[in-house]
Amino acid sequence: MSEPEGRGGAWTVLVPSDPPPVRRRRDEGPPPQAARPARRRLERTSDASGKHGMAGPAAQLPAVQHLVVRYAKRGKMRFASHRDVARVFERGVRRAGLPIAYSAGFTPHPRISYAGGAPTGVASEAEYLSLALTSRQAAAQVRERLNATLPDGIDVIDVTDDAERPGALEASEWRVVLPGVDPAAAERAVAGFLALGEAPVERLTDKGVRRLDARAAVAALDALQPADCDGGARAAVTGVQDCAILRMVVRQTAPAVRPDDVLTALREQHGLVPSSPPMTTRLAQGPLALLAGTALS
Amino acid sequence: MPVESVYQALEPLLPRVRKPIQYVGGEVGSVTKDWDTADVRWALCYPDAYEVGLPNQGVQILYEVLNEREGVLAERTYTVWPDLEALMREYGVPQFTVDTHRPVSAFDVLGVSFATEMAYTNLLTVLDLARIPLFSAERTIAHPLVIAGGHAAFNPEPIADFLDAVVLGDGEQAVLAITDLIRDWKRAGQPGGRDGLLLRLSTVAYVPRFYDVSYHSDGRISNITPNRQGVPSSVSKHTVMDLDAWPYPRRPIVPVAETVHERYSVEIFRGCTRGCRFCQAGMITRPVRERSITTIGSMVAGGVAASGFDEVGLLSLSSADHSEINEIAVDLADCYEGTNVGLSLPSTRVDAFNVTLANELSRNGRRSGLTLAPEGGSERMRKVINKMVTEEDLLRTVTTAYASGWRQVKLYFMCGLPTETDADVLAIAQLARRVIAAGREATGRRDIRCTVSIGGFVPKPHTPFQWVAQCAPEVVDARLRALGGALRADRAYAKSIGFRYHDGQPGLIEGLLSRGDRRVGGVILAAWRDGARFDGWSEYFSFERWVRCAESALATEPVELAWYTTRERDYSEVLPWDHLDAGLDRDWLWQDWQDSITPEGAAEVEDCRWTPCYECGVCSAMGTEIQVGPTGERLDGKRLLPVVGGRA
Repeated sequence: MSEPEGRGGAWTVLVPSDPPPVRRRRDEGPPPQAARPARRRLERTSDASGKHGMAGPAAQLPAVQHLVVRYAKRGKMRFASHRDVARVFERGVRRAGLPIAYSAGFTPHPRISYAGGAPTGVASEAEYLSLALTSRQAAAQVRERLNATLPDGIDVIDVTDDAERPGALEASEWRVVLPGVDPAAAERAVAGFLALGEAPVERLTDKGVRRLDARAAVAALDALQPADCDGGARAAVTGVQDCAILRMVVRQTAPAVRPDDVLTALREQHGLVPSSPPMTTRLAQGPLALLAGTALS
Repeated sequence: MPVESVYQALEPLLPRVRKPIQYVGGEVGSVTKDWDTADVRWALCYPDAYEVGLPNQGVQILYEVLNEREGVLAERTYTVWPDLEALMREYGVPQFTVDTHRPVSAFDVLGVSFATEMAYTNLLTVLDLARIPLFSAERTIAHPLVIAGGHAAFNPEPIADFLDAVVLGDGEQAVLAITDLIRDWKRAGQPGGRDGLLLRLSTVAYVPRFYDVSYHSDGRISNITPNRQGVPSSVSKHTVMDLDAWPYPRRPIVPVAETVHERYSVEIFRGCTRGCRFCQAGMITRPVRERSITTIGSMVAGGVAASGFDEVGLLSLSSADHSEINEIAVDLADCYEGTNVGLSLPSTRVDAFNVTLANELSRNGRRSGLTLAPEGGSERMRKVINKMVTEEDLLRTVTTAYASGWRQVKLYFMCGLPTETDADVLAIAQLARRVIAAGREATGRRDIRCTVSIGGFVPKPHTPFQWVAQCAPEVVDARLRALGGALRADRAYAKSIGFRYHDGQPGLIEGLLSRGDRRVGGVILAAWRDGARFDGWSEYFSFERWVRCAESALATEPVELAWYTTRERDYSEVLPWDHLDAGLDRDWLWQDWQDSITPEGAAEVEDCRWTPCYECGVCSAMGTEIQVGPTGERLDGKRLLPVVGGRA
């Protein structure tokens, strides 16, 4: 996984690096180009070199409104990374014609701030970002204009003015479908996990192996009776009928503990091994008290 | 018959591969049409990774042209990376389209666009994963037609056995003609079966199986002749004459994944008249056909609004040569000033006007790097390749660039050109030092830089250099090493000069695939079976594998790798592509090659855009003509400008 670490509740501005980190292609030699002094006389229609000499970066309009956008990452779009989602919104706000504010400097970027995004492959019903706008807009209209142009699966659920911003993003509630896992086995593993004082796990990151305590960040965890495993059509292909569903509330910590880390502990210490990759969905983000209440009720 | 999506089987594999988003589709600008009501269905393939293939203009244009037609459906497919390929084999998931994840084998046509010969092995991966027999001869009426196009398909002989047909030249009208042929054949009850369809196709495309190739005992080709009644002895390329009538892509596909080009590109003209002897693109895309300033303006406005891209690229082989490039640059810069939409002109022409244009397009942006392509290090070398740039021109150009604020100038060169000596390549070091000296003098600053970028020259079909002996990779590498040493030698300049190069070995294999004949197909198959994938990517390419596979596959033939690459051909030798007509007069190409190596120094070929025609044969043979403006029209910023964002 090459996702940036989620930073509990913090809003970060993603600035795309200038050239995409594309691996060197052997065949990208010099483009076939010709070069020779122009033979014709050009009729200059404006003095390009003088009037527009080496101008500095232009000043940008100031932001007068900040809108908080709650959006979902669904279906096939769950495979979008945090940076992919940022690309989608940058282009989406331009297509929607929203008066987005830009950062200053030679390479201005749209001023969109993102709360730590769900990892690649994880769906979400509760992602948040904030838009800085140069003229005031009605929140409901912004939602409609974005939804009219965003790709299916990146869906805006709600737009609110910054002043009515929901409580701090202290924790997330997750739903995890584990294909091929017997619900009773899941219940036993969950009980075992909750009884632990700590659950050390290792995760491979870009910077090497990172050690985390999966237990400390878990505010709530339980196994649900699966009514529907989300896998009807998939089961026909994979032949797997059984599944367990976990619901967990995990605090935003630094370093971040993800549902994946909890699953690592359940697998390594309690033998809970799904037959195919788990399907994880973030259901909610918000104040810990609120989320822990809903999950445990 | 309903065709099911394979997504349910693919989905569990995606969490296990790198960048899974590239396989799911759903991009803005993508189109999904009803399968059952379409009567001709195309799977368009760019045989490289999604990140390279998605921005490809050719595929995007044909995708839109086909999908606009009633009853026609086009979807896209790309080569999957080896991590997913392994899982697809393990779990039996076939090659799929990213639009609806239908299996490629269910389509009527698999259209493959080749920008480079190094993608040939990727074609075999796609066919194999699609469960389409690799050899055309083994396919039945149940399999899609496999049709190739693109620049690298102008000599399709090395992959001829794997293809059913090849379209030479522009695809816009050709794909519609092929669509009509297929629809008519289906409605008529598929007369003659697959063979009957191929026979019909042979009127608009090259069908390799209808041509027999015979060889002399020394390995040279003796004849290429049609083996069917009614099949033409020579196949001509397609040429779209009115680019304003084909303003595509109109609704560009906007990827969610990161790709190599993140911009909306408009082709401002097609073709090139500069006459650089090494340049295949410049030769096979003749004649020049300009798109008018007003069509360019409306495409830019529509494309930016539909995509949300913040960069517009004005594409062509030599963009500064458009007859109204000045008006285009000034008007677009006016229209988009203050909108945070950037404009770029990937022109590498070495003259001061080019710098003026670049300045115009970067009014408020950072002037980081400007690219120029002198191609040859010495003046003698540049005459041989007909790239008429004097050292004085180059120094004047870079001085202008540095003086207008550009901090870095990139210079492109080639190594291993015909008649080249060590001294010609070492002259690049001298030139780079003069560039830095001129820049320091013009700006009074020490922080200006230049980067020398150089790769090995690969002779290409349909160019004056199609007969030359390719330079051996050892010679190319030795010259590049010597150049690197010379660039580092002078401490006063070394830190200001960057050096990037591509080694000679991949170029030799590209040379084999570029000028090969049908016998090279066996080498490609052997290399693919041995594991060759993504040969255009340095981390996957294995020279050792290709040399080994060339030896084994050609063991019973009187020819070998060197015969195809480092051997000079003579006038009388039948070239593998002689029956494929790019419109160029063979004798003109030969004379131009001879002119380039006369002891008195190469003869210059004038640019036929501005001087009388030099008889390359395209205009007369194809019944076409050069189409250049000026139209005298201007772009009206107020009408054109889609207001997005804004500056104070």
